[in-house]
Amino acid sequence: MPVRIFKNFFTRIFSNIFRNKKEVKLGFYGPPNVGKTSLANRLCKDFTGEEIGSVSKIPHETRNVQFKEKVEIEYKGKKMTFKLVDTPGIATKIDYEDFLKYKMKKNDAKSRAKEATQGIIESIKWLDDMDMVVVVLDATENPYNQVNITIIGNLVARKIPVLVVANKIDLKKADLKKIEAAFPEYEVIGISARYGENLEEFYESLFKLSKKV
Amino acid sequence: MKNSKRGKKELKLKGFAIQFLPYSEIKELNSDKRMKKILDILLGNNLLILQGRLRPDEETRLIGDAMAMVGHVKGFKGIELATVSGNSNGGMFNKMKMNIAKALSGGDLGTITIIGPATIVKEIKKNPKKIELLLDR
Repeated sequence: MPVRIFKNFFTRIFSNIFRNKKEVKLGFYGPPNVGKTSLANRLCKDFTGEEIGSVSKIPHETRNVQFKEKVEIEYKGKKMTFKLVDTPGIATKIDYEDFLKYKMKKNDAKSRAKEATQGIIESIKWLDDMDMVVVVLDATENPYNQVNITIIGNLVARKIPVLVVANKIDLKKADLKKIEAAFPEYEVIGISARYGENLEEFYESLFKLSKKV
Repeated sequence: MKNSKRGKKELKLKGFAIQFLPYSEIKELNSDKRMKKILDILLGNNLLILQGRLRPDEETRLIGDAMAMVGHVKGFKGIELATVSGNSNGGMFNKMKMNIAKALSGGDLGTITIIGPATIVKEIKKNPKKIELLLDR
């Protein structure tokens, strides 16, 4: 009996050590231009000093899945190592003419559209590989967008823990209550990735969610 | 409105059609065949109103397949997609009731899925229980 207690004690200690050492794959998902890369950049800069990718006002700036490995996030004495996976925004339609509004040349707009469609396919393929996902929404937009519902539905079906983040709360049009009402089963964290607003609450929720991994 | 094949109704409207698809038409199909059926309808410039909804993995597959066709099918820009459900609210008992109904019918028949090619449907504005279709005509 004492041998078994001793054995169980060490098994638990070692499994905890290895679990904590594991790199958690954290995906950033959401529609285009909601601030996925801005938030991933904020995390990367705060904890590694480097950014993960470029941001732009033109939608579909991120057209390839981008990674940052071994990002050690420290919050209130707790540490966790993440592999951050920033994904291209998921949309159901792409029209190169939409990019012309941003004074882009026709050929550039066409190639951006082509890359964007491939990026969406890549994002969808990566869904299966995530340990946990931050679904980033634009707090100024209608949350009942089918892309949001489809992404969250997929994550739930795959039993991948989800954190809903409403970005751009610094803007006047932001309506956090509307986002909360749209996803009553989830904790919704309002942040501003641009100005680093409310990131403490985000980190707190991230650590809480990581326990479900 | 005229009846065509069994269980399907088509409403002709200025060059495109609205096709109603009862869930029974796709219930027995596997995912590959469901995707093919839906995409065939969309590529025929039809707006599809589907009774019930696709599984979450089928919804993402539909988006992925549609994206794979952009640039390869002339004039195709993708799709607009929305689901509206009358069962979004309710307590534990209601959810249980809905799950039993889903299990018996084989699908979520309290939901309607609207899918249209982006060339026809400019935007689907959705509130919890209301859908507004803005057509690009």
